[in-house]
Amino acid sequence: MFPTPIAQVSSAARRTYRAALLVSLALWLLPLLGVALTSMRSIEDLNRGNFWGWPSEIKLVENYAAVFGDTRMAQFFLNSVLITLPAVAGAVALACMAGFALAKFRFRGNLALFIVFIAGNLVPFQILMIPVRNLALDLHFYDTRWALILFHAAFQIGFCTLFMRNFIKQLPDAMLDAARIEGLSELQVFWHVVLPLMRPAIAAIAALTFTFVWNDYFWSLVLVQSDDVRPLTAGIQSLRGMWLASWNLISAGSIVAALPPVLLFFLMQQHFIAGLTAGTEGD
Amino acid sequence: MADAPMPRTRAGLSAWWWRHQRALTPLILLAPGVLLFALFVLYPIAESIRLSLYDWDGVAPKVWVGLANFTELFGDPVFYTALANNLCWLAIFLLAPVFGLGLALFLNQNVRGIRAIRALFLMPFVISQVVIGLIFAWFLNADFGLLNDLLPRLGLSPVAPLDSGRWAIFAVILAGLWPQTAYCMVLYLTGLTGLRPELIDSARMDGAKGMNLLWHVVLPHLRPVTFIVAMVCVVSALRSFDLVMIMTAGGPYNSTMVLGYYMYEQTFLSLRYGYGAAIATVLFALMGTCVGFFLWQLLRREQA
Amino acid sequence: MRGVGGLAALGLALALLGPASARTLVINANTSDPAPRAAWTAAVAGFQRENPDIEVKFNVYDHESYKRSIRNWLTGGSPDVVFWFAGNRMRGFVERGLLADISPLFTPEVRAALHRPAIDLVTVAGRQYGAPYSYYQIGFYFRRDLLDRAGVAAFPRDWVELLEACRKLKIASIDAFAIGSKDLWPTAAWFDYLNLRINGHAFHMDLMRGAIRYTDERVRAVFARWRELLDAGCFTRNHASVSWQESQALLYQDRAAMMLIGNYIVANFPADIREKMDFAPFPVVKPGVGRYEDAPMNSLHIPAGARNKDDARRFLAYVLRADTQEAINRALLLLPVNLKAATADDRFLKKGQALLTQADALAQFFDRDTSEDLATIAMKGFQEFMIDPQRLDTVLATIERARRRVYKH
Repeated sequence: MFPTPIAQVSSAARRTYRAALLVSLALWLLPLLGVALTSMRSIEDLNRGNFWGWPSEIKLVENYAAVFGDTRMAQFFLNSVLITLPAVAGAVALACMAGFALAKFRFRGNLALFIVFIAGNLVPFQILMIPVRNLALDLHFYDTRWALILFHAAFQIGFCTLFMRNFIKQLPDAMLDAARIEGLSELQVFWHVVLPLMRPAIAAIAALTFTFVWNDYFWSLVLVQSDDVRPLTAGIQSLRGMWLASWNLISAGSIVAALPPVLLFFLMQQHFIAGLTAGTEGD
Repeated sequence: MADAPMPRTRAGLSAWWWRHQRALTPLILLAPGVLLFALFVLYPIAESIRLSLYDWDGVAPKVWVGLANFTELFGDPVFYTALANNLCWLAIFLLAPVFGLGLALFLNQNVRGIRAIRALFLMPFVISQVVIGLIFAWFLNADFGLLNDLLPRLGLSPVAPLDSGRWAIFAVILAGLWPQTAYCMVLYLTGLTGLRPELIDSARMDGAKGMNLLWHVVLPHLRPVTFIVAMVCVVSALRSFDLVMIMTAGGPYNSTMVLGYYMYEQTFLSLRYGYGAAIATVLFALMGTCVGFFLWQLLRREQA
Repeated sequence: MRGVGGLAALGLALALLGPASARTLVINANTSDPAPRAAWTAAVAGFQRENPDIEVKFNVYDHESYKRSIRNWLTGGSPDVVFWFAGNRMRGFVERGLLADISPLFTPEVRAALHRPAIDLVTVAGRQYGAPYSYYQIGFYFRRDLLDRAGVAAFPRDWVELLEACRKLKIASIDAFAIGSKDLWPTAAWFDYLNLRINGHAFHMDLMRGAIRYTDERVRAVFARWRELLDAGCFTRNHASVSWQESQALLYQDRAAMMLIGNYIVANFPADIREKMDFAPFPVVKPGVGRYEDAPMNSLHIPAGARNKDDARRFLAYVLRADTQEAINRALLLLPVNLKAATADDRFLKKGQALLTQADALAQFFDRDTSEDLATIAMKGFQEFMIDPQRLDTVLATIERARRRVYKH
């Protein structure tokens, strides 16, 4: 293993390494730690300039209560949930279908279509902005959650299909042929044989897509306007004006906005990382 | 549904279906995804490019101007500032794989709790850019920021990077570098843990160690990782929008303008939809060239 | 089958009935924020009560959809009443023949009741095209106690006193003017007022219409005055990264004494700060120049293609009435345009009303009076100038280039 495994070096080096790990982690997460700490402070503390010291009073509950009570953060949070979950479900479902079609069937244009999906995911949002917005306005779903759900489901298909196709390609053809000989139609093969095997891939891609959609800001600016429909990312930016220099509240709000993907990430670490690193195994 | 072999004597629609279902199924499976994708991604690309040939304020009828938007764009000093900033972003983002690799090497040990620590290092990537922008904007705020609280304690004078025409862009890029490095780290970590042990051991037996080992044995085997990581960094740098919007809104006076934000501003604030579409087209072409190069490389690998 | 036949019969019956007998009035509004929405729903209900034979449809849209759709409405399938802004934004539609002439509504009684500059803002070539209903003042909101602390007895009434106040505040370690230029438009407030105070209303409106070059000597004079304030260090530093909302904190934390802003800041005053805040108009800069103010104004209009113009005019007349204006503006905490309407019992509003009713002429605000495109470029220029006054020539050249492009001469 590279670099030299620490187990093979002196115990003093091992202790130094562990210390170095913790120090570097603290430095790395310093901004987040600062924000978390500030979210517990009272505004008087901040006005006095007490940024790094221990808070003079712990206002954890009050601050977070203020974030939810005085503002529409709860609504924004709910909107994020109502937008992200269907979008992820849609993208993943469509990607499973498309991935299977691209992986296990030979037809003209298979590779070209695959490339289109990859390329489509790599375009800058700006090239899509005006027409997608006009589409939403013309078809009357502008300023509704559906605008974001539909767009994200459509856009994430690119990345999700790439992942699914590569995953399904690795499934042994023999298994599928056996099912076909049994008399199952292709659709039944998909439903009864392939899908159950795709569970880890679905978990991976769902976790990743959830993060991308939940954290999106650009499209919630472009497609949505009213507070009733706005998700957390745009919501917290719009609340910034309300909170002025109440950095303790802004911090608390930021933590709330960041929490779901972080929690999901910790719960599904393996899947998350598998999704990110697919296709990058060394040769 | 049946597990027994299908009778071959079905009539009408069913028989036709059974004869063709092998060929039709992929089409059925692909149709909804492709349609949705075409509607929300492919059609808009074409439409934006078409729109760049018009002068439109979003409300009045569109006026054909041909390539006039592009001519104006290539004479627009703000465009060049934005382009320069994007390229600067690109250059600095290429440090992300380097730092990411360094972190990955640092974390590639099997001590207790390393899994949790690695996960914690990945955290910045999981957080929304809006939150990161807010954190850094506050950190760097000249009057209330944490940085200017820290610096005097270290004997340095306070700074105002986000108000400076020269330094603001670097502050914004720095904010982006943090999650980007985390992403590179995770990819390199996976690559490192996937290295065949015999490979390393045999190289060690040949006497290679340290930087030599890294450069001549490990890195070449991490090439697929470097490839993907480089591509993602390039794409992120050119796509940048969120951080600029949250931290500086392109200011002070356009010094942190990037193509992505310039397009948004021209469309929604200056109400020049055609001009905005032209900027988007140029950005698309720029990214397309980079991505095209990467995809061509990917294709060569796929076909190998 | 039975269902289709039944439907056909119904359709035939409806077709034979002819046009609907009840009169419908369709109103499209962009008042989607909670307070305005409630205020207008109440106003519409009042109108409905007075006119039970009219069926009023009040449609509310978010600002974005509204901005995009209004052009479609004005050219085909028009509603009967639309909300929009007075001044040059309205003029754009009038020049394209999209708004109905409603001059007959402006009877002598109505003219007497309305503030004259408000009428001017809805007038093009002597005819009126809109019914203004509310506006608000822009001026200095300042901390009386901080001025006292610095030894500034009364709010400055002219340029010399303004510079003197700034100097005294600096000695007391307080910045004179709080400003956050990240959103750009706060800088435009300064430009507007300096230009109005130095060059007058006619010049200002000509400049807004693109008839005067930005490199003109008179425009440079504005920046020369501005520079005096910048050189004296009157503005808070580091404003480019701060939004106007964030810059308010400087006022509340005793770090700055004054802010040039609209009346909407009042809603944000912390309870203990509110009694210490006061309002004053922008001081005289050049003696002899008239009293001109910025006062963004909202108005109602009738599309040229509206179907029910009679009832639309009735609704506009209703909105022009004192009692209606009073109710709406009380809820919105803005100023009614009808002079007979009482303002809400708020000392800031009362001061604003006194100021605006005595003004010789009104402008809207920079980014409403001139094209949005030019406004964005110009406001960035203002920000750049405020940060580095040496770059004035480049700034003016950039704005002038944009002006030539937008106004094509």
